[in-house]
Amino acid sequence: MDWTPATQKEQQDMLSELGLASTDAFFEAIPASLRMKDWKVPPEGMSEQELRTHLAVLAEANTPAPVSFLGGGYYDHYIPAAVDALAGRSEFFTAYTPYQPECAQGTLQAIYEYQSAVCRLADMECANASLYDGGTAVYEAAAMACRITRRNRVIVHASLHPVWKEMLETHAAGSVLQVETGDVPVEGSACLIVQNPSFIGDVRDFSDLAEECHAQGCLLVVAFNPVSLGILKTPGAMGADIAVAEGQSLGLPLGFGGPYLGILTARKSHIRKMPGRIAAATTDDRDRRGFVLTLQAREQHIRREKALSNICSNQALCALRALIHLCLLGKAGFEATAQACYAKTEYLKKQMNFLPLLNTHPTFNEFAVRLPKPATEVIEALQPRGFLPGIPLEPFGWEPGDLLIAVTEKRVRAELDAFAAAMKECCHG
Amino acid sequence: MDNRTVFEASVSGRQAVMPSPLDVPAVELPEHLRRSTDLALPELSELDVVRHFTRLSRKNFGVDSHFYPLGSCTMKYNPKVAEVTASHPGFASLHPQLLSCESYLRSCQGALRLVFEMEELLAEVGGMEAGCTQPMAGAHGELAGVLLIAAYHRDKGNTGRDTILVPDSAHGTNPASAAIAGFKVREVASTPSGVVDFDAFKACLGEDVAGVMLTCPNTHGLFEPHVAEMAALAHEAGALMYYDGANLNAIVGRARPGELGFDVMHYNLHKSFATPHGMGGPGSGAIAVNARLAPYLPGPRVIRSGDRYTLTRPEKSIGRMAPFFGNFLVVVRAYTYLRALGGEGLKEVSRLAALNANYVLHRLKERFPSAYEGLCMHECLLTAEKMEKEQGVSALDIAKALLDRGFHAPTVYFPLTVKEGLMIEPTETESRETLDAFCEAMMDIARLAEEDPDALHRAPENLPVGRLDEVKAARLLDCADLPDKD
Repeated sequence: MDWTPATQKEQQDMLSELGLASTDAFFEAIPASLRMKDWKVPPEGMSEQELRTHLAVLAEANTPAPVSFLGGGYYDHYIPAAVDALAGRSEFFTAYTPYQPECAQGTLQAIYEYQSAVCRLADMECANASLYDGGTAVYEAAAMACRITRRNRVIVHASLHPVWKEMLETHAAGSVLQVETGDVPVEGSACLIVQNPSFIGDVRDFSDLAEECHAQGCLLVVAFNPVSLGILKTPGAMGADIAVAEGQSLGLPLGFGGPYLGILTARKSHIRKMPGRIAAATTDDRDRRGFVLTLQAREQHIRREKALSNICSNQALCALRALIHLCLLGKAGFEATAQACYAKTEYLKKQMNFLPLLNTHPTFNEFAVRLPKPATEVIEALQPRGFLPGIPLEPFGWEPGDLLIAVTEKRVRAELDAFAAAMKECCHG
Repeated sequence: MDNRTVFEASVSGRQAVMPSPLDVPAVELPEHLRRSTDLALPELSELDVVRHFTRLSRKNFGVDSHFYPLGSCTMKYNPKVAEVTASHPGFASLHPQLLSCESYLRSCQGALRLVFEMEELLAEVGGMEAGCTQPMAGAHGELAGVLLIAAYHRDKGNTGRDTILVPDSAHGTNPASAAIAGFKVREVASTPSGVVDFDAFKACLGEDVAGVMLTCPNTHGLFEPHVAEMAALAHEAGALMYYDGANLNAIVGRARPGELGFDVMHYNLHKSFATPHGMGGPGSGAIAVNARLAPYLPGPRVIRSGDRYTLTRPEKSIGRMAPFFGNFLVVVRAYTYLRALGGEGLKEVSRLAALNANYVLHRLKERFPSAYEGLCMHECLLTAEKMEKEQGVSALDIAKALLDRGFHAPTVYFPLTVKEGLMIEPTETESRETLDAFCEAMMDIARLAEEDPDALHRAPENLPVGRLDEVKAARLLDCADLPDKD
């Protein structure tokens, strides 16, 4: 099937108006020697019904065990029904970048409200309209810190997600950014990047480290888990200069890795060094409030090779989902969600106290344990019993028995009890 | 009309959705780690939220509601069936950390197969060796591409290649991506007829050139006549060729970048393969490479081993562009579209997109001259330079007047090489009636430009707001409604 309305007759009529015999004329600019001879794309299309059947077969070949303790930066939170209903309105998802603000006030006001909401969440002062994901947000924060400080050493704290660190290194290859590992600011460092809660769930207060950074003219970049800020001390309160996050846990489905949402917030004094689109309030020619994209001279379509970033398409629809999610949960619902994640994690930790804990601080919604046998063996044994036990930490430099376990508000007590019992049996049975 | 923001509409104590009651003992976090500031999120009922966002949605033009001939952006219809397939819980609820160990891979075989098949399909469409869905937008694909070029030269010990050639008509993302990867950018001039100046190109090549980024057809909508010679000369000079897929939809099924001499390319799945643009994203900037660059691709990659799909990491991988396989649910939508059309359907797409663009060009060219002579491909580039000079009616005025008439504006003032440019890309999914109505609106505007140009300067008058004060926005920098603001 296709979605082209022109009938044979209409095509003929249009060609006649153009004085052409065939549409081949439009492609004469392609030299004959360069024209495609053949390809292995299956020539036949599919009907809508065939498509749905084919894709359902693929979707249903994904059969994960139902009770999940997978996290590692991406969490299975409850998404209110109205998020899909509202973000699914085609006036949002079939629109494009608000290049013409007068016919995109819905988009622009939503971006402005999203910027406001994530600033309020993190106690920061400005935010951009979105980046691709948490990992690219970490990279953009590092590059931004280098522009602000005119330095190029980027120090990555052990708390940072190892995959985001790898993405930072990939994106920074070839640029002036020098990515190093360390726990404190060093001579000539542009920024220190910490994550709170850490990759394995440790919750800390980095306020002292912020002071230490500032004393050396170095910025503190905090990668945060948005849901945790329902109850945790905020990056702003700790003195962060730039705060970034993976926004998936704000109303975005897990979707096997994307699309997600890169949140980037900062102190207002740094707004001119911040990459990406920014919406701002203004007035129209009749003095009515309206919204536009602002500070566009920082961006690639104007500044070209001197732009702060190459970002053009971003994750606007994901930012809208995050905003709607925050509005639906609201102040009370968001705090209650964070409380529930924390309480349930503490409960499971207690039920699993027969395993040594790797965390050295309180944890929020995730913790790591050392199993008496390889984590992969435990995973193999517990999947048939209906559990996805967590992420093996060995590939990230921990021991073979180390497992990262995440708990969200969606897990009910009976599941936590059953999981702890199954784990006990598997480890000590 | 209620124009309040969600924060202005907030009523203390009001709430919508609450999590389930806590079924484990409540515990308190140690005080020094607790949030010390007010959580100033909106307090609204569910209906408040629903009304608010429904109201906002009505202030937008989308493809479903309006013709959107935004040149270079390919605002074609986004099939509903792709929304259905991508929202299947088997995809939408699938946790990406199933990729974290071999044992979990058994339970995501369908998703792995889709990624594998999509990368094969993309490679086939591009005439390339291997595809990769990781990059999350076109510009991100460009960055991946130039990082691959850099890794190739580093690996081959080619030192001193620190420059990327970019035509002056290129999208701004090209030079920006090259610069982020640490390259210098050398701009290649266009000829008055709108294509890369071949002699200038030859003069720009040298031992310092690592790669060339080209869009073809270029941003003027013209197929680069010397593309094959440029590729051959670049290769001879030791440089690699990057194909910017922004306009791939014009040549799908007719020519393949791999066979034109390109080493690496990106696809805008949200343009060429009909996934929704979502107010500016998420898109997908999947890439493909020839055999020369395949060893450097980002990892992990899906491979087939017998009837199972598993993961591998290319030997000299540049690392990771995305945590997993990029914007996977966008990839599912594009896969749905590609399978719906099949190879024959894809060829029809480029053919009918060109027919629609040429029809609009033909109907408008008398009042809105084409920037370049002859037929166009998938989009036409008109200029209002004469209208601006003679009647004081600019491309911007025309754009705003179109909004008043219920049409999204064409892309204006791009590429930068054309004065008062109006770039129109009707796409193949629009009917002749829509094109006719659009052309009539354009002709009506041309008439008004002569009779009452001030009416055009006042436009738009039929939308929620009129022209907005961008200078004031940049001066006030009111970019967030924060609690301590008065």
